[in-house]
Amino acid sequence: MKLHEYQSKNIFSKYNIPIPKGRVATTAQEAKQIAEELGGRVVIKSQVLVGGRGKAGGVKLAKDPAEAEQLATQILGMEIKGLPVRKVLVDEASAIDQEIYFAITDDRAAKKPVLIASAAGGVDIEEVAAKTPEKIIKVNIDPLLGLREYQARDVAVAIDLPRDYWKDFTKIAMGLWQVYQNTDASLAEINPLVITKDKKMIALDGKMMIDDNALFRQPDLAEMRDTDEDAPAEIEARKYGLSFIKLDGDIGCMVNGAGLAMTSMDVIKLFGGEPANFLDVGGGAGSEKVAAAMRIILTDPNVKAVLFNIFGGITRCDEVAKGILVAMDEVKPKVPMVVRLVGTNAEEGRRLLENANMITAETLADAAKKAVAAAKG
Amino acid sequence: MSILVDKNTRLLVQGITGNEGLFHTTQMAAYGTNIVGGITPGKGGEWVLEGKIPVFDSVKSAKDATDANATIIFVPARFAPDAMFEAADAGIPLIICITEGVVIHDMMRVRNYLDQKKVRLIGPNCPGLLTPGEAKVGIIPGNIAIPGNVGVVSRSGTLTYEVLYAMKNLGMGASTCVGIGGDPVNGTNFTDVLEMFEHDPKTEKVIMIGEIGGNEEEKAAEFIRTRMTKPVASFIAGQTAPPGKRMGHAGAIIEGGAGTAADKVKALEAAGVKVAKHPEEIPTLLQ
Repeated sequence: MKLHEYQSKNIFSKYNIPIPKGRVATTAQEAKQIAEELGGRVVIKSQVLVGGRGKAGGVKLAKDPAEAEQLATQILGMEIKGLPVRKVLVDEASAIDQEIYFAITDDRAAKKPVLIASAAGGVDIEEVAAKTPEKIIKVNIDPLLGLREYQARDVAVAIDLPRDYWKDFTKIAMGLWQVYQNTDASLAEINPLVITKDKKMIALDGKMMIDDNALFRQPDLAEMRDTDEDAPAEIEARKYGLSFIKLDGDIGCMVNGAGLAMTSMDVIKLFGGEPANFLDVGGGAGSEKVAAAMRIILTDPNVKAVLFNIFGGITRCDEVAKGILVAMDEVKPKVPMVVRLVGTNAEEGRRLLENANMITAETLADAAKKAVAAAKG
Repeated sequence: MSILVDKNTRLLVQGITGNEGLFHTTQMAAYGTNIVGGITPGKGGEWVLEGKIPVFDSVKSAKDATDANATIIFVPARFAPDAMFEAADAGIPLIICITEGVVIHDMMRVRNYLDQKKVRLIGPNCPGLLTPGEAKVGIIPGNIAIPGNVGVVSRSGTLTYEVLYAMKNLGMGASTCVGIGGDPVNGTNFTDVLEMFEHDPKTEKVIMIGEIGGNEEEKAAEFIRTRMTKPVASFIAGQTAPPGKRMGHAGAIIEGGAGTAADKVKALEAAGVKVAKHPEEIPTLLQ
């Protein structure tokens, strides 16, 4: 789950990481009022869950409250990478001396968290990483010990930070580690962490991602989820613990297991079709989950055929078959259905579906070909 | 011979009285796996499978009573990290964790702790292990594979079943099938298993089933190119998948843009691996 900049920065400030003064506005009038309170130059920053906001024109500097209102009007009417801007963050403007990149994230290869820092922070950090990797400092953190202060100091030295800033930097580093650890974050990023002309270190921007699997023990964060930007079908899918992504094709897919779901899409394409979605019903899916999955697939008007590919392991094919029957009874689908059941309790499953008027298939290739043919009518 | 599990495996089941645990214990026992005990805290002294398998309150007491040398975990995600720590502390050298949805932070702690104890972990979020004809330690349906000389290693669950089933339909058997799991932080990676297969006299050929994301397939390709003598065939799932969610700039910095299906296929082909277009085609590449 991604958090907005303003949400991330609010969390940072709870861990003693300095952030600019500012607040979120949903209207231009509010933005003007906040600018008046802050008394001077402000930055108007669109709050959407995609990168490249600045380059898209979604971050603007205003010299006074009147300009703040005018720019907020403009930004609140924008779409950035297809997402409408519904909120702006109005922050006190800072006079910047240096921009530092600073983040803690999961290093999958090392199986440890990693602290990443660079003196060349800002919007072009990925280019810096690609062209001059020596300017990026990476330090793995032992997850059983946590970040040690000496590691943070070593990083400060490695990015050529003047001695006067080591103390502040270490405090921010320890704070960011606490943020990362206590929120079960997969990413806690400050870009840029700035040194202002009056020699203060401030987290000017913030980005966080939270491990979805940890939301059960992060109820406050779970409530922060912004569903405005999710498709309704994806919200519905999440409610049932289904992994669903809508695509542009016309063959609905319901598969158990992410790898097999991706493969089923690959094979549909290989035989000339286009998948309408990715849908993984997960391991051990019961009939209720299967019925929900089928309802979600069939709400897409583009769907001309549905492919069920279930290879039972922890999932039992008879349970899946029961779910299909429940959903068929409820939704009364008009499109052809191709079903392939193999593995745990497959025979019972097939028996249950005998009178359900479905096209059956033996192999995955066979199932994909039949689904492609069915979708073409 | 085979790798990791065989007829000498003495298995414990953590979460044996739960719904999934009991169902798969029944299946594993029916396959002939030697299950010596199970663990459910608070149910010690009970028996399952018509009095054939004793239940213990802790892994330690189960290990003391049965001299188990492997354990399989079927407990819910929020309890799985503790189950892995408990098994490691009880001195079990091989842990197979089937549970999906374990928090990544917990897994990083588990993995680093287990490495210190030199405990081998398979998974989590994996289908487990199958040495056809000898032991089924996991949820791979036993009847879809036959004994043979092809080692199979996969990040996926159900996709692995597809491949085993296609192999069986061609009369091709497996030495051992290892599902390493699809989570970002797991216990055993492709390279670990490829090395085991390279040294296993029973394994003559290898099938590796990868998917998009991460860089384990690329590392495996490097291992195959430099260290493997046995032929390898592969499939990479997700060739048509839309680009996944980005992890800010940090993801790009750490992974350097690797992880697409095309990159992985290219790396594998450069290492002399034959890469299939769909899973049912893989076994034919080794014939």
